[in-house]
Amino acid sequence: MNKIKCDCGHVNPEGTVLCEACGKPIEENQHIDGNDKRKLLNMRYDGSARRSQTYNKSIVDKIWSFFSSVKVGVWLIVIALLASAIGTIFPQEMYIPANAVSRDPAVYYEATYGVFGQIYYQLGFHNLYSSWWYMILIALIGISLVICSIDRFVPLYKALKKQKAKRHESFLNRQRLYSETENVTDEEKDKIADALKKLRYNVRNEDGHILAEKGRFSRWGPYVNHIGLIIVLIAAILRMTPFMYLDDYVWVREGQRTVIPSTDGKYYIENKEFILETYDENDERFQKAIEKEGMVAKNFQTNAIIYKETAPSVAGSEPELKKIAEEQIKMNHPLKFDGYTLYQAGYQLNEFKSMTFKVHETDDPDEKALGTFTIDLTSPESEYQLDNGFRVVVDQYYPDYSLENGEPRSESKYPKNPAFVFFVYPPKSDQAEVSFVGIGRNIDATGENQYKLGVEDFKLRDVSGLTVRKDYTLPFFIVGAIIFMLGVIQGMYWQHRRIWIHPKGNGLLVAAHTNKNWYGVKKDIEKVISDTNVKMVVDQQELDE
Amino acid sequence: MDNLIDVSSTMLYTAFILYLIATCFFGATIKEKKDNGKKGVAGKIAITLTIIGFIAQIVYFITRWMASGHAPVSNLFEFMTFFGMGLVFAFIIIFFIYRLSVLGLFALPIALIVIAYASMFPTEISPLVPSLQSHWLYIHVTTVSLGEAILSISFVAGLIYLIRQIDQTVKSKRTTWLEVILFSLFVFIGFSVISAVFNVADYHAQFEYEENGNMLTTDYQLPAIAGPNDGKSLTENAMKPLFEAPSWMHGAEAPRKFNTLIWSILTGLVLYVLARLIFRKRIGAAIQPLLLKVKPDLLDEISYRAVAIGFPVFTLGGLIFASIWAQIAWDRFWGWDPKEVWALVTWFFYAAFLHLRLSRGWHGEKSAWLAAGGFAIIMFNLIAVNLILAGLHSYA
Repeated sequence: MNKIKCDCGHVNPEGTVLCEACGKPIEENQHIDGNDKRKLLNMRYDGSARRSQTYNKSIVDKIWSFFSSVKVGVWLIVIALLASAIGTIFPQEMYIPANAVSRDPAVYYEATYGVFGQIYYQLGFHNLYSSWWYMILIALIGISLVICSIDRFVPLYKALKKQKAKRHESFLNRQRLYSETENVTDEEKDKIADALKKLRYNVRNEDGHILAEKGRFSRWGPYVNHIGLIIVLIAAILRMTPFMYLDDYVWVREGQRTVIPSTDGKYYIENKEFILETYDENDERFQKAIEKEGMVAKNFQTNAIIYKETAPSVAGSEPELKKIAEEQIKMNHPLKFDGYTLYQAGYQLNEFKSMTFKVHETDDPDEKALGTFTIDLTSPESEYQLDNGFRVVVDQYYPDYSLENGEPRSESKYPKNPAFVFFVYPPKSDQAEVSFVGIGRNIDATGENQYKLGVEDFKLRDVSGLTVRKDYTLPFFIVGAIIFMLGVIQGMYWQHRRIWIHPKGNGLLVAAHTNKNWYGVKKDIEKVISDTNVKMVVDQQELDE
Repeated sequence: MDNLIDVSSTMLYTAFILYLIATCFFGATIKEKKDNGKKGVAGKIAITLTIIGFIAQIVYFITRWMASGHAPVSNLFEFMTFFGMGLVFAFIIIFFIYRLSVLGLFALPIALIVIAYASMFPTEISPLVPSLQSHWLYIHVTTVSLGEAILSISFVAGLIYLIRQIDQTVKSKRTTWLEVILFSLFVFIGFSVISAVFNVADYHAQFEYEENGNMLTTDYQLPAIAGPNDGKSLTENAMKPLFEAPSWMHGAEAPRKFNTLIWSILTGLVLYVLARLIFRKRIGAAIQPLLLKVKPDLLDEISYRAVAIGFPVFTLGGLIFASIWAQIAWDRFWGWDPKEVWALVTWFFYAAFLHLRLSRGWHGEKSAWLAAGGFAIIMFNLIAVNLILAGLHSYA
């Protein structure tokens, strides 16, 4: 390493731009911060020797220099910004509305948005935020954060620690705020030093050279907030592991008890009741809005009981369960137990629980029941024996009936719109009549049936949809966010101000630097010199047009 | 109950008028001569009126909260009004740091435009759907809009900088873009003016159209220039649409909103052309002479400082509080909902802005253009995302 010895005697590491101790510009390195072309010194990182600016030979050096550049960092941010915005042009796959033409992305985007939608889909933008390239982009930002921070923090920390109150004259007169006063009395000098202390500056005096410093800790703000961001990014990676994070969903019907998925069969949930409330249209507060917009939901709620299995169940036998929680799960009020959280996430109203049918003679105008039977729609039997000798065989069961291209089929396995094909055997007969019965449908395929089936009664129930979550990464996100906030506040709401007083002959040189809020430091100087002859500093800023 | 609502709307109206008068006094400070750095009378009156107006608006906020039982930040009217209030508050803070009167001359009109714009949306108190029933509603919304308001002050300072600094003697790309920014402010005014006109006339025209296999009816409060795709008019004697809205617009009530946009731009254009005819020069050139006394480096400083103050507030409200609420209400703290993504875009943008300030060549004018870009993103997220992109936040 080629250390550089300054005139003041301080030995600086290779690549230093401004002497760490006295601030004198080191001739051969001025191009690094662009000081050679300008009058004012570039004060960022106090002219310290940064690895990225010093070594550029090996591959490692080159990669390091690349990622330590703020310009590269800004480009990465801008690319991430544009990519994120593109992802909002059309809905992401998970937000394809339920009433869309098709929930299949291959169909949906083209059908809804035409050729642009198709291109969008084919480029994979329908899943943009989980695409490999978006993740790589975010990872690159993470790498840039780490390298930028290390490259700057270490030398800056050293430089600020080694700085002396006594600065080289050329350091002072090349500051943005500078003034030179010919004649200043000792009394005035003391006054200034006292005034600086009063303004809570940390004042150091070396042979009459004064360095007044305030808020140095704010310089660490950016590095602190970058640490916070790194923790957030690490948490995001952890979240991809099944050990740290699980996400599942359970539908549970009223009155039903079911195992909670992804809990290794250890936990069960029972749905006592699902409640959907809407606002009262006569409520005078909301009357007008409801008139205009229609009914507004007030509450989605599942009254649930959680059971824990106490002993491993033997195949076929009922599990041994212990009640561990009974609560109302509402939106904004999830239920927590043993590291799991259940959220009210969906519902299905009025699913059929059971249906009761009657058999009557086709030409009986009163439709007097000859016999009835009830089908439990969650577990229909294949045959029903009626009291009066009728036998009804269930040939086909469509829980969610629909007709597609003339073919009957079931849209789902849930009894939302049940329909049956029955074989009806009259007493003492093995000649079956075929009947098709559904809600609002009763079709006699042959037109010659003597007996007809009718829906006499049915029972409905609601279904609750609940998200099952376990997320051990949340504490990491919280810690990361807190550190980030502390870092930005530290860096943004305080400023690092330095004022140098440099005796020269009978007079004084005054210079000042701050990392932000120049207006504030000027006001400080005005106060400090108010009772003296010392000239106010001049702002030599070269504004970029 | 009705009393409270009446008090509330009267107070909002009072605040509006006070801001308007305060703007005039801020205008008067330009002509005032400064003696020994002391502030003139006009400046004092102006800031006093602003503060009284702000208090009136707080009374509006509190009484409306009492009347509805929830913080009035739950629909577009309430939210935009609150944002206007945030703008005034942010201006007051910055004013007491820098004592720059001319800032008020621009910040208050922008707040006025925002409030006028807000009041054209339905103002009825609407009940909260289950997902909004949380304390986080007002913690999140108030913090994020305060953050955005402070960031907007950066735009105000940047805009003054641009008007002050851009060479108006010759037409250039820069003068054109500056006119584009000013014109977009006219469009907001245009929206308020034309909505108010047809509101007074009580204009309604209903159309029926098909969307995803459902028949929908929509109520146009402005005459239909662009009607719904394949729509059928249900109102007699209503103006026939000149053309149909493009079929790819699918958001809720998309054709009606598209029609409103056309009307706003047309009205804005008329107002803009009128202003150009009156001044007989570019709007920027007309305002420039008033700003010669303002120091550009101070404007640059304020613009940067506003971002430095606003960025942490925005992060806290727009990303952190938002995530906490989303975790409680929707079982995930981040869901890539368009509004969330645009909050992230805003955050990325200002992060880039702050990093660019570290390098030479990005202070001054470039910085001012960036501040304008940031404001455009904020307005896009506040308005366009709700109106155009569907999502969880589309409560308008």
